[in-house]
Amino acid sequence: MEASPRTPILELKGISKRFGAVQALKDVNFEVFTGEVVGLVGDNGAGKSTLIKCISGIYPIDAGEIFFEGKPVTITGPKDVGRLGIETVYQDLALCDNLDVVANLYLGREAINQNVHPLVSPLNEVKMEKRAIEVLKTLSVKLPSPRRVVASLSGGQRQSVAVARAVMWNSRVVLLDEPTAALGVAQSRMVLDLILQLKKQGLGVVVISHNLADIFEVVDRIIVLRLGRRVGTFMAGSTSREQIVSAITGAEFGEVEENNTANGSEGGMAG
Amino acid sequence: MSTIVEKPHLKEEPERPPTRLDALRSLLGQSDLGVLPILLGLVVIWGIFQLANPHFLSARNLTNLLLQAASTGTISIGLVLILLLGEIDLSVGAVSGLCGSIVAVLNVNNGVSGPIAVLAGLLAGLAIGLFQGMWITRFRIPSFIVTLAGLLGWQGTQLLVLGETGTINLRDPFVVGIANTFFPQLIGWLVGIIFVVIVIVSMLLERRQRMAAELPYRSRQAIIFRSALIAAAMIGSIAVLNADRGLPLAVIIFVGLIVLFDLITRRTIFGRHIYAVGGDPEAARRASINVNGIRVAVFGLGSMLAALGGILGESRLFAVNQSSGGSDTLLNAIAAAVIGGTSLFGGFGSVWSALVGALVIFSISNGMDLLALPSDIKFIITGGVLLVAVTIDAISRRMREVRGR
Repeated sequence: MEASPRTPILELKGISKRFGAVQALKDVNFEVFTGEVVGLVGDNGAGKSTLIKCISGIYPIDAGEIFFEGKPVTITGPKDVGRLGIETVYQDLALCDNLDVVANLYLGREAINQNVHPLVSPLNEVKMEKRAIEVLKTLSVKLPSPRRVVASLSGGQRQSVAVARAVMWNSRVVLLDEPTAALGVAQSRMVLDLILQLKKQGLGVVVISHNLADIFEVVDRIIVLRLGRRVGTFMAGSTSREQIVSAITGAEFGEVEENNTANGSEGGMAG
Repeated sequence: MSTIVEKPHLKEEPERPPTRLDALRSLLGQSDLGVLPILLGLVVIWGIFQLANPHFLSARNLTNLLLQAASTGTISIGLVLILLLGEIDLSVGAVSGLCGSIVAVLNVNNGVSGPIAVLAGLLAGLAIGLFQGMWITRFRIPSFIVTLAGLLGWQGTQLLVLGETGTINLRDPFVVGIANTFFPQLIGWLVGIIFVVIVIVSMLLERRQRMAAELPYRSRQAIIFRSALIAAAMIGSIAVLNADRGLPLAVIIFVGLIVLFDLITRRTIFGRHIYAVGGDPEAARRASINVNGIRVAVFGLGSMLAALGGILGESRLFAVNQSSGGSDTLLNAIAAAVIGGTSLFGGFGSVWSALVGALVIFSISNGMDLLALPSDIKFIITGGVLLVAVTIDAISRRMREVRGR
């Protein structure tokens, strides 16, 4: 890793997390670079969600170090993570269906006209709508109107709005939890294009997905977790789907208990 | 359904010049039919009662109707805010009665001056609302339960406050003047003209701002159409009121509060957050909105408006007694909000539904009074109207969900 020419924007070293008797994560390393899409895959219970929640500050980690832009950081809660510019988009999206797109993009950070008391100062709708249109345009997100109520949007459009909201406040890293899980083909396409757009803009993107077809389409590297350990890292360009499946299920890489196996495969494949 | 969408960006609709139908549509609200069905319903109700009793549409009766509606309608404004949160307040009737009683007892029995007694009544309402709101958020008990306890508790407190006498007659010119002041014709017209001018100017300003920012803006026809409708409604109302005793202060208070809270809910961060909490509390929380703070504040406002409604009511009737704020006050206030189109499920609705809904409810009860219908029939009919309104709400909610796919 030290030989790497670039410093990862976000790097985790030796992360462990235990819930009672369950060792959810054991000595996991993780890294994502700017302008890179990393796919995080693994079977149910492999620790993907736990890892994401550790990064986004929801679970405190038991052991390990976190580096942002090469500097060690301590994460005690979601607020710290937000300050670093790391945003997470969960499966349930957290949009208000009854509000329009502009209102959702600005929810909790509304623009106001004058500096009267913030509670009574009028909203600056013109400014918010204009910026919302710009953001959607740079992300190539196509919507009928930014004044549409979110409830009237398709699944892909909602996912796009949720992602746009996560990245429009100068985010550097965005974590996407199953972004295409509930979507049809055309809708997934929309979201995958958006992910590539984020990459183009230099963000570090982490995608959790069960859908290997989607993963192969957009990611640069694939990190495989199994039973709480990182068991493999693959470059998407030079890996077959079968290899990933065997890494996920453990068919080829043998005993997880042996730490060396994991590290060996990682070194071999990561390049 | 092909949802991958039209062309690159965001100009509202095609190049075709907006027709009058478009103007009508944009006036009625983009997605839903808006208030049109209710206004049509109101016209039908008025037509029926006018046929049954030619006094119904007289200036005197319409003014009385508006005065009746102002008191419960003010309570309803607060309920709309609470319903927008997805909560309910069953104590508003009892709170209106209690706070009215506090004003009367202070003013009549203890010689406190009118304005101070009224202020005390309003503050008592605010305190009650904040207390209930904090109880609901602190212990995470459904508002239905806490305010049901409130309904009983505040009703009991009202009996306690009124004491032996039971009924208190009001004579204080300030307290009685709130609902019994009528402005001369000229002032009525002035108020109406100023209102219409402000509405038109603000529409034009908004249009100019959006034009400058290259955002889609309202067409000139839409603005003319809207202005004409608002002006016509205003001229009609003032003409009717002037034909009787003139523009009542209570109506200025009621409509003024609606305009105020309409601006607050649609144009401020506080209002935006009310809708957000009602739409999805979890999403609001994650957007770092102080969900419980919003809830407590709105319960406070709701009870304060209930108190004001109680004060308007006692002022109109020159008296307060043990049944003030009791019986159907609460149900009428809820019915008005829901009939006006505010959803019981949170997140959808407008403060104007308090006005429209109160007009419907009180048109029906006033009309039935004119026809001297017995109270059994009145209850049955009011219940039926409420059932229809709630059903329309449930159906339109399901339609929204279907559209969402």
